[in-house]
Amino acid sequence: MSAATLAPGHLDDPRIGLRANLRHVGALTRRNLMRIKADPESMLDALLIPIIFTLLFVYVFGGAVSGSQQDYIQYMIPGLLGTTGLNLAMSVGTGLNSDFQSGVMDRFRTLPIGRSAVLLSKIAAETCRALVSFTILIGFAMLIGLQIKTGILELLAAVGLSLVFGMSIVWISMLLGMSLRSVQAVQGLGMLVIMPLQFGSSIFAPTTTMPGWLQAFTEYNPLSALADACRSLINGGPLAHSVTVVLVCSAVITAVTAPLAVARFRKRT
Amino acid sequence: MTGIATAPNDRGHRTNAVEVRGIVKHYGSTKALDGVDLTVREGTVLGLLGPNGAGKTTLVRVLSTLIKPDAGTAFVGGYDVLRQPKQLRRTIGLTGQYASVDELLSGYENLYLIGRLLDLSAKESKSRAGELLERFSLTEAARRPAKTYSGGMRRRLDLAASMIGRPKVLYLDEPTTGLDPRTRNEVWDEVQRMVGEGATVLLTTQYMEEAEQLANELTVIDRGRVIAGGGIAELKTQVGGQTLQVRPVHPAELPEMARCLHETGLRATFSTDTGLLSVPLTADDQLTTVIGVLGTRGFAVAGIDTLLPSLDEVFLAITGKPAAAAADTAPTLPKETVA
Repeated sequence: MSAATLAPGHLDDPRIGLRANLRHVGALTRRNLMRIKADPESMLDALLIPIIFTLLFVYVFGGAVSGSQQDYIQYMIPGLLGTTGLNLAMSVGTGLNSDFQSGVMDRFRTLPIGRSAVLLSKIAAETCRALVSFTILIGFAMLIGLQIKTGILELLAAVGLSLVFGMSIVWISMLLGMSLRSVQAVQGLGMLVIMPLQFGSSIFAPTTTMPGWLQAFTEYNPLSALADACRSLINGGPLAHSVTVVLVCSAVITAVTAPLAVARFRKRT
Repeated sequence: MTGIATAPNDRGHRTNAVEVRGIVKHYGSTKALDGVDLTVREGTVLGLLGPNGAGKTTLVRVLSTLIKPDAGTAFVGGYDVLRQPKQLRRTIGLTGQYASVDELLSGYENLYLIGRLLDLSAKESKSRAGELLERFSLTEAARRPAKTYSGGMRRRLDLAASMIGRPKVLYLDEPTTGLDPRTRNEVWDEVQRMVGEGATVLLTTQYMEEAEQLANELTVIDRGRVIAGGGIAELKTQVGGQTLQVRPVHPAELPEMARCLHETGLRATFSTDTGLLSVPLTADDQLTTVIGVLGTRGFAVAGIDTLLPSLDEVFLAITGKPAAAAADTAPTLPKETVA
């Protein structure tokens, strides 16, 4: 059969080199960033959520929880910093979902690019968005009185830890994004999972006044460990335990969910 | 199948850009493709004609590596759809029925992105994008987001996107469905130009007119099966070519007009609902005969038009049944469908 068909030439090599792969990820990341630029309203959540959460929690609950707003800023902001990576992760899922729904994914799938390029570029663009969120959150919190009692390196380590944990949640978000039918469903279910995790942790309030069953839950909630770790990185304090818990949790979540997400992604692409 | 899939062709110099043998694709109990065979020779246009749901888009998706067939083999540019999808993707371009462009990006950015993903340099991508925007009269709209484009502009942008990498084989899946006649003609011109430059095209369409305009050969499919195939001329003789429609000034004269034409051996029919007289034209001189007969008998004629057979008429001629019912009895095909 092949004797009667077009003679395959230099196109014969099925491999896509590392440089070509990086170029593809770069081009697609550029596309994702341009989409944000073309639709600036999609940045609103990244810009405003840190400010609104900070204002609400510090001034509504701050006095009641910590006795003083200043104390509460030092307590709550590091926890909020930890969960910023989580928001990043969830938007990867919704982004993939809307890409799969538009014909543009079919176009990408007929191009000679690695399947992973689409995914990696989505993560890259969402990381850029998350970095904006981090900057706004820290900037605004410092404006109303947050003190970095350690140093810039520790602050960056807290941001890094939040990103590491966020990256492990990316896989779950991908699974949701590729399994559910609409963007609204992905957002809805994402919220349903995130809200109890966020509030059933030590992020917003110390767990000592919670009932026993909830304390048990918060104890094993990796977001508590993440909040504790970020707190120690910004206020000073013991690090080893909480950081280890965050890293181990991230590794376990990734080990379990990444193969599932990748398999699902391959099937869909 | 029984050899009806392809016309006898000279295998001397010509090579096949697309070879499809026995492709089957099921969705649950529905057989979207039920053993399709077809061949597209290099540098030619094959029109894949069929009604909605015939399996045209499914076949294009199999040949673009978007879905995997359940059985059968398919080679595009010499590459196996199942075993060499990556190489195959370097030789094809796809324009879907629904334009697959990024709505938030400008026309230029859409094309530039595809260029980069096809491993053109930044400079090449830039110039190729500009060139194609120019060609498809999109230069003025180049910097506007694609969501502000009209349906026709979007389709043109989609077509341009599929041509960035100068693909050897281009799939056009109902490229003009829903377009106004002017835009449709523009798309046709571009396709003809691509073919002139050496591309091989697999064109799916519901319109006989489009197939006649663009294709060298036709394959007619229905409910996932090839029911006829061959050159346009062969199929047209089989289907009966054009129909002449005459609108008399006085509809009351319709029966008398039909009777007069019957006397000269023409199979004229009329409808009092539409007020039209229809005469199938089977020979070149018959148009003159009809006008002559009507003139000498002194009938006043308000309008006259020649029509190509519709898809339904094609199906009627091939299977003796309309498109929707044809598939129910598809397995037994009349012998003359062998082109």
